[in-house]
Amino acid sequence: MDSFLANIAILVLSGFIGFAVISKVPNTLHTPLMSGTNAIHGIVVLGALVVLGTAHNPGLPLQIISFVAIVFGTVNVIGGFVVTDRMLAMFKTRPVDTNTSTATDGKN
Amino acid sequence: MDILVYALYIVAFAMFILGLSGLTAPRSAVRGNKIAAAGMAVAVVATLIHIRETSSWLIIVAALVVGVILGIPPARKVKMTAVPQLVALFNGVGGGTVALIAWGEFIESDGFTGLHAASGPVLPLVIASLFAAIIGSLSFWGSIVAFMKLQQILPGHPLSVGRLQQPLNAMLFLGATLAAVIVGIGSTTTGADLVWFVAILILAGILGVMTVLPIGGADMPVVISLLNALTGLSAAAAGLALNNIAMIVAGMIVGASGTILTNLMAKAMNRSILSIVAGGFGGGGSKGVSATSTGDQHAKSTSAADAAIKLAYANQVIVVPGYGLAVAQAQHAVKDMAKVLESRGIEVKYAIHPVAGRMPGHMNVLLAEADVSYDAMKEMDDINGEFSRTDVTIVIGANDVTNPAARNDPNSPIFGMPVLNVTESRSVIVLKRSMSSGFAGIENPLFFAANTTMLFGDAKKSVAQVTEELKAL
Repeated sequence: MDSFLANIAILVLSGFIGFAVISKVPNTLHTPLMSGTNAIHGIVVLGALVVLGTAHNPGLPLQIISFVAIVFGTVNVIGGFVVTDRMLAMFKTRPVDTNTSTATDGKN
Repeated sequence: MDILVYALYIVAFAMFILGLSGLTAPRSAVRGNKIAAAGMAVAVVATLIHIRETSSWLIIVAALVVGVILGIPPARKVKMTAVPQLVALFNGVGGGTVALIAWGEFIESDGFTGLHAASGPVLPLVIASLFAAIIGSLSFWGSIVAFMKLQQILPGHPLSVGRLQQPLNAMLFLGATLAAVIVGIGSTTTGADLVWFVAILILAGILGVMTVLPIGGADMPVVISLLNALTGLSAAAAGLALNNIAMIVAGMIVGASGTILTNLMAKAMNRSILSIVAGGFGGGGSKGVSATSTGDQHAKSTSAADAAIKLAYANQVIVVPGYGLAVAQAQHAVKDMAKVLESRGIEVKYAIHPVAGRMPGHMNVLLAEADVSYDAMKEMDDINGEFSRTDVTIVIGANDVTNPAARNDPNSPIFGMPVLNVTESRSVIVLKRSMSSGFAGIENPLFFAANTTMLFGDAKKSVAQVTEELKAL
């Protein structure tokens, strides 16, 4: 029970961290952010690994369910991070701008 | 749990938080995403260390490989316009994983009775697992419907069973909860029946489908964001059940961020999350009205040559891009036109409504793809004062976000929604395929305003024509 309560405490604190970190994101980055957080909840693949990995002599149903779960979770993680990276790469400052300041693009 | 595994989990979630902070600014965003991805790799390696004595290595490795093979191609090849549905799909499989984890746990622990072997009360763990099962299944099926709507496999307009919708959804929710209670009670005695557990998944799944089906295309970004938050919460619940600290932290952070995003999006459209979920608003924009006139109102149509002349003698031009621009893949053509205008010394700015495109920031991504400078993209609040000082505003495939009725017609369904004040500029050129209404399915008085002219046709072609005419001037 102690560990459960400790986990609840961690849960609550994480919620506040999530609010604090993310409420600062500018509007323009919301789509990449949504995609990025989407990739992060791919963390569920850990759960699928643990359930199968700690099972003693898993039967066929559990094997099938876990297999699909791991595949789904991996798709979520890999696909999510790759597509986020692609989106963000487009926001990169182009090489010509490297000697100008970040605030102004030097393009008037 | 091994100390090493626990330590690696802590490193992993620290990296998630660091990575997310990086996402708050365009310059650090790429690195932020990479840090978060590296954190995920650490978390997966830690888990593999944790389960190193398993007998199921073959299945695990095979599943990881298949997941990578299935995940990378769509992520690399998807067009930027199709990103929203891809996010919906990735979100869906994440929710599916959570539901399957709960199911797998249920089987492995003989209907949760096996959990009694662990020390301490087991009910909180069972409740967390059941919560994960309900939300995971709901998120999976809801996301699949959202995906199909955006991919236009299903029609974009609301599909509902009318007044019965809410009672039906309430019954589905009660049914799923009841099945969960039965499983929960069963787990304290002899072990619950598998049938009841599957009933939870099915009822929650139908609830997900029935909740998203009646929601129109315009509200879909809010729905995806909401489902994203729900998947995060269910991941945190599954983490509680499995006593996995990395899942708890990462899931909860996503739950919190998704909630903020959902709220922001709903606010930008002047809608409450509740009324969106209640459904029925926002058609597919197919209620096309006849070519250039509706009733006694007439829209003035113009030609590419006339539009070019107007633009050529402007001091400042504001481009208002909308989803139509994305559909027509016109972002590169727009950039070309802007280049020609800038070479004539005309200042070109882009006015981005928070919900232009399909998700907040979606339009910025599309324009960034066409090499539009980040600084030329202005957010609504920054540019709304500028329209009165602007000679020509070009609206490309945007509709509802420019509708002046949202400001001055209290009877309009979108009254109160923040819009771009394009009517204040000296003249407005609207590029549109036809006179059909926007996603909200309502008429736009902008098209009939005295200073508005319409340039009909495919946005990409129209812009290219205008550019040609400009070069010829």
